[in-house]
Amino acid sequence: MKHIAILQFPGTNCDLDTKYAFEKLGCTTTIVWHKESELPSNVDLVVVPGGFSYGDYLRSGAIAQFSPIMSAVRDFAKSGGKVLGICNGFQILTEVGLLPGALKRNIGLHFISKFQTMKVINNTNDFLQKCEKDEILNIPIAHADGNYYIDEESFKELEANEQILLRYSNEKGEPIVVNGSVTSIAGVCNREKNVFGLMPHPERAIETILGSTDGIKMLEGLIA
Amino acid sequence: MTAIVNIFLKEGVLDPQGKAIHHALDAMNFEGVEDVRMGKQIVLKLSTDNKEEAQKEVEKMAEEILANTVIEDYTIELI
Repeated sequence: MKHIAILQFPGTNCDLDTKYAFEKLGCTTTIVWHKESELPSNVDLVVVPGGFSYGDYLRSGAIAQFSPIMSAVRDFAKSGGKVLGICNGFQILTEVGLLPGALKRNIGLHFISKFQTMKVINNTNDFLQKCEKDEILNIPIAHADGNYYIDEESFKELEANEQILLRYSNEKGEPIVVNGSVTSIAGVCNREKNVFGLMPHPERAIETILGSTDGIKMLEGLIA
Repeated sequence: MTAIVNIFLKEGVLDPQGKAIHHALDAMNFEGVEDVRMGKQIVLKLSTDNKEEAQKEVEKMAEEILANTVIEDYTIELI
């Protein structure tokens, strides 16, 4: 049975949803308060969940990166441990430097909260291994700062190393502008493919009654 | 000594907030505005009076937390 550590900062609000989702998939979980300096010893995956850590003060994710637990997460990731950042978690992981790029204010300045279709770009990684390449997924998004930016040179590397996970698209799979992200990017991973970040919320797409179960195969990939 | 740190999105990085302000100014018939960039200003009151020391320390703060140098540039003014 896989054990998942879910980080909790002041302002995190998706910790319990994430716990519910992974427990539904048969995992055990520990919620880890950000003041802790160590992760539980038997952890298979660390999730940095969504929310508004520190009220998004300064920049989304900027203050959270200096919480004591983040050094442990950095060490865990550097030694090959799997880390997933969802929404605010993605922002935190880019601020810490575990993921390339940065997330800016949405192009229309609105907080966008809705179901959104997206296309699987690369599935040569644990996170999307259970999805087909070019598959269209329907997953909720809810963010104000999801406008992914990366400089041209790093973008080329991202593309060449198959680090682009997902792109916002229409139902036919054609990329669409949702928040202004470079080439409609919705999620990326690091070069070693053990740290993943995405703006959409797979943990909110695990039950038919809530509109989609497409999030299950994402989360299952990480605990396979 | 006071340090004023001004932080702006880098040239070439699209600034959605600046753009929205620009649109609003246009809609209000203010003419002659060619570009708008929005930034933030952080004012630090420092215990030191040594300019060199302050500059070095504030630069470190800017690099490590105040600015995200992937997308932002900063300037430091010491008074």
